[in-house]
Amino acid sequence: MQRLKPVDVVIAGGGWVGLAMAKELAGRTSLSVVVLERGPARRLKDYAAGMDEVDYTLRYRLMQNLAEETTTHRHSTGQSAMPIRQYGSFNPGTGVGGSGEHWGGLAYRYLPDQFRLATVLREKHGRANLPENLAVQDWGVTYDELEPYYWRAEQMMGIGGKAGNLRGQIVEGGNPFEGPRSHEFPNPPHPQTYLVSLFAKAAKELGYHPFPTPAATLSQTYTNPDGITRSGCAYCGYCLRYGCMIGAKAQPTNTLLPLLVKRKNFTLRTGCSVRRVSHRDGKASGVTYVNEAGAEVEQPARVVILASWTLNNNRLLMLSRIGEPYDPSTGKGTLGCNLTHQVSAATPIFLDRPLNGFMGAGGLGVTLADFDGDFGLDPAFGILRGGHIRIASGGEAPIASFGRIPPGETDGSWGSAWKKAAIKWWDRSASITSEAEHLAYRQNYIDLDPTYTDNFGDPLARLTLDWTDHERRQAEMTIKVQGMVAKAMGAKAGNPARRVGAHYSTVEYQSSHVSGGAIAGASPETSVLNPWMQHWRMPNLWVIGASAFPQNSSGNPTMTIMAMAYRAADALVDRYLKHPGALA
Amino acid sequence: MRRREFLELPAKSLGGLLLYTLAREPIRLQAQDGTVRVPLRFFTAAEARMVTAACERIFPADDSGPGSTEAGVVIYIDRQLAGPYGRDKYRYTKGPWVESIPEHGNQSKATPREIYRDGIRLLEDFAALPAAQQDAKLRAIEKTPFFQLLRRHTLEGMFSDPLHGGNAGMIGWQLIGYPGPRMSYREEIGKNPGEAWRRKPVSLADSLGHPVTGWEEEKD
Ligand SMILES: Cc1cc2nc3c(=O)[nH]c(=O)nc-3n(C[C@H](O)[C@H](O)[C@H](O)COP(=O)(O)OP(=O)(O)OC[C@H]3O[C@@H](n4cnc5c(N)ncnc54)[C@H](O)[C@@H]3O)c2cc1C
Ligand code: SF4
Repeated sequence: MQRLKPVDVVIAGGGWVGLAMAKELAGRTSLSVVVLERGPARRLKDYAAGMDEVDYTLRYRLMQNLAEETTTHRHSTGQSAMPIRQYGSFNPGTGVGGSGEHWGGLAYRYLPDQFRLATVLREKHGRANLPENLAVQDWGVTYDELEPYYWRAEQMMGIGGKAGNLRGQIVEGGNPFEGPRSHEFPNPPHPQTYLVSLFAKAAKELGYHPFPTPAATLSQTYTNPDGITRSGCAYCGYCLRYGCMIGAKAQPTNTLLPLLVKRKNFTLRTGCSVRRVSHRDGKASGVTYVNEAGAEVEQPARVVILASWTLNNNRLLMLSRIGEPYDPSTGKGTLGCNLTHQVSAATPIFLDRPLNGFMGAGGLGVTLADFDGDFGLDPAFGILRGGHIRIASGGEAPIASFGRIPPGETDGSWGSAWKKAAIKWWDRSASITSEAEHLAYRQNYIDLDPTYTDNFGDPLARLTLDWTDHERRQAEMTIKVQGMVAKAMGAKAGNPARRVGAHYSTVEYQSSHVSGGAIAGASPETSVLNPWMQHWRMPNLWVIGASAFPQNSSGNPTMTIMAMAYRAADALVDRYLKHPGALA
Repeated sequence: MRRREFLELPAKSLGGLLLYTLAREPIRLQAQDGTVRVPLRFFTAAEARMVTAACERIFPADDSGPGSTEAGVVIYIDRQLAGPYGRDKYRYTKGPWVESIPEHGNQSKATPREIYRDGIRLLEDFAALPAAQQDAKLRAIEKTPFFQLLRRHTLEGMFSDPLHGGNAGMIGWQLIGYPGPRMSYREEIGKNPGEAWRRKPVSLADSLGHPVTGWEEEKD
């Protein structure tokens, strides 16, 4: 094994988190910072030829190649897990920028009570009335503590939207249910498309409060506090699962990398897969990785940061034997506990008039939070938490959008009659979607698979994950609201996509918001990290990303991930470096 | 190396000669004479004829417009199967291989190439049968992985960018009114609600002003 010269900080993973941490550390200190990214380098000009549905949507060209590494899944501990052989319920990214290159740019904050969820549920329902296997926890950090960091992330990306709660004042047109914002959004919302305006009008008529979905796809030319200028979105529609060729969508490569490459104390190595965190006597001493040429390399470092997304953050801790693996039968151990995904559902709708659905942007849409958190929950469903309901003009590509036909119009899915119906309805269909909170349960967790391995021979991460009745009822509630809005839009509703079926399915895409396993919390007895994302038992190891979420919220996670990353960076730079050791 | 095989098609049957007005009225241009010889990368000429015939039943040319033969769908499928996708270079293919519940998706060892080779055996003499019998034969195999893949690939070949070999003359895009990948809708977004915005389609190469090669062309 080749042993390199020690550096101050090594970061595993060069996505949103890895590059944000690198930028804070290399920008604010003179520490030497190395980012190891397993995937390739990306340049804006690589995206110029990217408006191709086959390579980028059907073959996942920007994403992790599952031939090299995947995840296994089973529903419960008694079963043997199976590898997810082809892309399905979630899509891990790879390459510089990670999933931040091909994300949709929906940029929500979480509700304030999410961060105190265990306390809130206990206070509201009484411990005795909550499901026995509920594993929900407080995050050890409050919304108010995170607010300045949300704001920092929003400015960096140039999020467009409309505040609904400005320092406690409810503002018309924004989300009245959100936590107080210290500032209006850095940019205005996108213009509404015909589809989005129909949804917004219908939702208003029903007494709901539609608000523009906060978006990282710039609504106008914008210069961020770092002096990076990007142009406004062109609504090309090749957005989600594509990199933006004009840099309008905030991506790590167009917001963070341009600053980093100017820093002499920053090094980015691509094609480098981290396999282990080395450690001795409760201290991390660096990482070992396989470089682009296939050679084993050791990179010693004073501080190690894992930023390799939920699944590999967990896997690297497990492979490196750091922390006590969670055992669901005894409840002992913390590493791997509180695995969550998200509760998604969709109702296809069919409209009289054409939508020009090929125009749009990942973040162009409106959302209802009237059923989010514990607002407006219909007692008939007996659920603890709800979720967002929304519509988007995200940009429809022709293969995926062909063949949506209202029920009863034709049977079969091929031949002349079907073709006619599909042509007739092309560009007149869309989906009302929802993403509800996924509560944590004792039986859902991550560990290492005993059978299946990656291309280096290391065990894959194994998900033990299934739905409970609570998630099915959450989905039914959101589907009911979707149906009501569809009707008020004057749309024909199709059969709802019940992604939360009898059992968790790895087949259909749900969202890439898999969370938990290396969770943050107030106590080392119940969590892996302290509220600054520092490992409880290894103070020079920081593990950052959605792996730290004790349970999953509604909506998309990245702004919360970034807020937590910025807070960790401040703690690292302002406190840890001065007094290396466990933060209190 | 196997002997080079070619797909021979009457020129008049392949893309480009059927155009749509912006109101989606088809205009048939004068048919061109002669044949087009397309070198095949995966299929034999006989297989290509069978697959062409089967795709044509899935997405037939009829009074609603052109079908999969005119779009050159078989050429798309041939290239995809010859490339890394056809050899399962993007799929996790380590064993043990165990059949599982539907929630675990496709756990079969068969690559797309193998699924086709096996499936094509079900279609012997297919190309020569009358349409009704062809339909009956396809209905009988509707639930097989082969048919499901064939159906999916037919739609891909109809509506993908022509850089992948299908959608010849952007005939699939003309059929539905899709304008192709365009750099900007800044002027159009949110305007004229409920009115169809239709233009003669452009391909990715047209939009960029230079040719683009698909991922399937890359060496694995
Ligand atoms: C299709 C898609 C759409 C999405 N849309 C949205 C959205 O609209 N809104 C939203 O909030 N979020 C969205 N997300 C999620 C969002 O992309 C992630 O939350 C965000 O990128 C997380 O940042 P990260 O740095 O933790 O992980 P990533 O950005 O994924 O970066 C992790 C990096 O680590 C690298 N890595 C992994 N393992 C190793 C290893 N062993 N060695 C070295 N490097 C390694 C990976 O290659 C990757 O580059 C979407 C995700 C996907 C896939
Ligand atoms: S829709 Fe806008 S943000 Fe998205 S890729 Fe196109 S131009 Fe970029």
